[in-house]
Amino acid sequence: MEIRFSNRGSTLIAAFSGELDHHFAEYAREKIERELIKATTRNVIFDLTGLSFMDSSGIGVLVGRYANIRKLGGKAAIICSNSRIRKILEISGILKLMPVYGELNDALRALPGA
Amino acid sequence: MQPVNEMKLEFLSKSSNEAFARVVAAAFVSQLDPTIEELADVRTAVSEAVTNAIIHGYENETGIITMVCRLYDKSVEIEITDNGKGIEDIELAMQPLYTSKPEMERSGMGFTVMESFMDRVKVRSKPGEGTTVTLYKTFGSGERAGKNQDK
Repeated sequence: MEIRFSNRGSTLIAAFSGELDHHFAEYAREKIERELIKATTRNVIFDLTGLSFMDSSGIGVLVGRYANIRKLGGKAAIICSNSRIRKILEISGILKLMPVYGELNDALRALPGA
Repeated sequence: MQPVNEMKLEFLSKSSNEAFARVVAAAFVSQLDPTIEELADVRTAVSEAVTNAIIHGYENETGIITMVCRLYDKSVEIEITDNGKGIEDIELAMQPLYTSKPEMERSGMGFTVMESFMDRVKVRSKPGEGTTVTLYKTFGSGERAGKNQDK
């Protein structure tokens, strides 16, 4: 699994690729946290379009990061096109915390300062 | 009913084996010619069950996890067993969002995901002896069995 980071204004885009399960959860957590503490970051977009697999361990990673983003006064959004991952997002209730979009531009429009 | 094919796999409770177990299950189940979505459902449910065995059954200590897959005409039965600590209260463990390990950022959605992606999930467990989770799924336009659990 890989995460690539880019910035649009004060929005951090974390683009995942590969498979996100319990095995890679710790790695994902630490990698995103290191970016979150940078002063330029306010909002975060989790781009899951490059993931070929995610289970509920991924939900734990996203919800945990969301808590920290909120502490910093930011907002978060998800981009996802995979129907199975989308189903996990739906049943987990995470969509009540973060909206999900099909494309990056839609997510960027929804976040202030991007 | 006699299975048309069956396999058994034993592996150590290492997190790197989560991907291994779901790939093996998917490859074996492919013989029934499921759709890509159905195969993804099996991979996800197996991943959840194996992760539970590693985190909760063995609590990250090393143990053996056994996976048995039985193929029938249009359906599969996958049994994932650990000889770890077992579950005190299965009903509570299966509740959405319940987790015994919130400090590890577990979402508490493992069993809910298994139930959503498979037709039926059966859990047998004895504290101190271990847990067996059985996942059932019928492919194609097969009958949808109701969700169930055994104690």
